[in-house]
Amino acid sequence: MSKTLLFKNAVVLDPRQSLKAKRDILVEGGKIKKLGSHLQDGGYDEVIDLEGRFIVPGFVDMHVHLREPGEENKETIFSGSRAAVAGGITSLCCMPNTQPPIDNPQTVKYVQERADKANMARIYPLGTITLQRGGDELTSYGTLLEEGVKAFSDDGKMVASSSVMYHAMSYIRKFDALIISHCEEETLSRDGEAHEGYWSSILGLQGLPPVAEELAVARDILLARDTGARLHLAHVSLARSVEWIKWAKEQGIKVTAETTPHHLLLDHSWLEGFNPQAKMRPPLRTEADRRALLQGLKSGVIDAVATDHAPHREEDKSGDFTSAAFGITGLETAVPLLLTELVKPGVISLEHLVSCYSCRPAEILGIDGGTIKEGSPADLVVLDLEAPGRVESRNFYSRGKNTPFEGWKTAGKPVMTVVEGQIKMKEGDLLEG
Amino acid sequence: MGSHLLGLRDCSREEIESILDRASYFDGYRNQKLTSLKGLSIAALFFEPSTRTRFSFEVATRWLSGEFYNFSTESSSVVKGESLLDSVNTLKSMGINAMIVRHRASGILQWLSTKISGISLINAGDGSHEHPTQALLDLYTIKKYHSSLEGLKVLMIGDIKHSRVVRSSVTGLKAMGARVTLAGPPTLLPKEFAREGVEISWDIHPYMNDADVVYMLRLQKERQKKGLIPSLKEYTRLYGLNEERLKYLKPGALVMHPGPMNIGVEITAEALKQLEDHNDIRLGINEQVESGVVVRAAVLDYLMGEKPR
Ligand SMILES: [Zn+2]
Repeated sequence: MSKTLLFKNAVVLDPRQSLKAKRDILVEGGKIKKLGSHLQDGGYDEVIDLEGRFIVPGFVDMHVHLREPGEENKETIFSGSRAAVAGGITSLCCMPNTQPPIDNPQTVKYVQERADKANMARIYPLGTITLQRGGDELTSYGTLLEEGVKAFSDDGKMVASSSVMYHAMSYIRKFDALIISHCEEETLSRDGEAHEGYWSSILGLQGLPPVAEELAVARDILLARDTGARLHLAHVSLARSVEWIKWAKEQGIKVTAETTPHHLLLDHSWLEGFNPQAKMRPPLRTEADRRALLQGLKSGVIDAVATDHAPHREEDKSGDFTSAAFGITGLETAVPLLLTELVKPGVISLEHLVSCYSCRPAEILGIDGGTIKEGSPADLVVLDLEAPGRVESRNFYSRGKNTPFEGWKTAGKPVMTVVEGQIKMKEGDLLEG
Repeated sequence: MGSHLLGLRDCSREEIESILDRASYFDGYRNQKLTSLKGLSIAALFFEPSTRTRFSFEVATRWLSGEFYNFSTESSSVVKGESLLDSVNTLKSMGINAMIVRHRASGILQWLSTKISGISLINAGDGSHEHPTQALLDLYTIKKYHSSLEGLKVLMIGDIKHSRVVRSSVTGLKAMGARVTLAGPPTLLPKEFAREGVEISWDIHPYMNDADVVYMLRLQKERQKKGLIPSLKEYTRLYGLNEERLKYLKPGALVMHPGPMNIGVEITAEALKQLEDHNDIRLGINEQVESGVVVRAAVLDYLMGEKPR
């Protein structure tokens, strides 16, 4: 039986209700019982005074690699969900490119059981688009949806065959379920290591031509148009992708898109010196792309921020550039970095950050959360917009210490994470059970 | 550049000049055994086939009385950074003072240099990134022939994209005041090089008659199989040096190639024959090989030799 909690004196911010005001929140039975001014503070298990702080809907990360089953030396559902609540994330989707992949009910159940046991963030396993992510045969969407799967993705690679993708999108309309597309045309991107541009040319690295992403974005948008399927584009990284998405939305095509904190904050000049922490797919792009992504996020063409949290073992990332694995972690750095680098200087408002990293993702996925309404689940995050911090990977709860942001100073961070009415993180410490 | 030669990007003009001066000093002692590497051990660790470069380093080392050990492997399996580091550490504990490395991964020496100390690293070619001693010996050859690099027009032709020689040479030539044009088929010529202060062109003709140096790059035959050029024949037609094109070259021009040459691809057999006894235009490849030894000796001496001299 969960406790009754009263959060007092915080500024409650919920873009879905256009709410930004001092309110008290009463939590009971894992749900928000009451939202009001000056609620009586007698008879509760705990009264928490949050004077001067913000309370916002818990963050929802649509794109996380938890690596379990199969690569538990990189991350586990346990370690990843702890990292999530430490970072203010109350719900996340875990990508199905595990070993075995999440393409059958048993694996879905396995992930759900591990998630229940970890008892930290809410974890929504995604299913693959094709069996074994092989690109040939369709996964049983109806069956997996019944098991609680919220969307389907072959993330890590594109569904290479246009015919297979066309049929996947046609079939899935029966359920109005979401397809999440990893946009990289394979024949162009196969051997690539870095954005094809100035830095790859100067350093002699194999280029990933930007048109590889654009082709895939365009193809999947056109397939979504003709099939009517709901399409979500993962980790969009190019100005030209933003243009395509804008066009698609103007046409009424059912498309949404996400970008990552690192594509919003870094460009390919981070490759200088062959920095293996700057190696990821899609790669870091140009400064012009970075600005276009920010603009796209501001204008709403890009709906969501998602980390593409990709933990690796130390040795997978500490070698030379060519041997290094693709990807970086993000769960514990996303909120502090976005608060510091985007909200603080006024690039985007706090409301906007909450909207694209909580409300919109919850809406796109059709899951609970992303709002602070009476009756909705008590998934909450308390933010201190002044609290100083520093990115220190050795303090990560995630097993993956791979981050290009090591040593970055931050101002503003989550100081409390509440999932289903239970305090999971308080001032950086995790509260078990 | 410290105790390593990782690439010319890290070198100042003064450092480059100092190495070239040292090379010309050594040039005067070609028939004499020198001693500046006495008591020092130098190892070659090549993970890509090469006989010329390795040989050149070996001759240079022995000339300066250093010990040379060869730990190269012809095996085609990829050696990752971590196992390379193991080898380097093992060799270091066996008393090796410098390591000459060639590897297919761009940037691997930069990485290696952050993991080790007390040993000199010399880049003998990393992926498509740099090949600094080749660029230095080319600079030396050009300087010897044209007496100065300042204001010289250098035309480099071929597979710019995959060439580590180009990346080192562009830096070196620019530092020394030369004007560089890079020419090649669009698929092998990244337009981003324009930002390095060089001209780029898909067509060699506008630059042929004005070039003081025409540098032909080696074309790997697999570029055709990967669909980057239609055929070697067409490559030769568009970018090869043939008898007709020799006529465009201005008197005193120097034709260079890093070797080994694909006769019939970068240069036709007829053009090569003509060049060998041409009065006005010089083929520099033998000089390049000779310069290779003195320049590599200069590099070894610069990094490790007794100081002060
Ligand atoms: Zn992906």
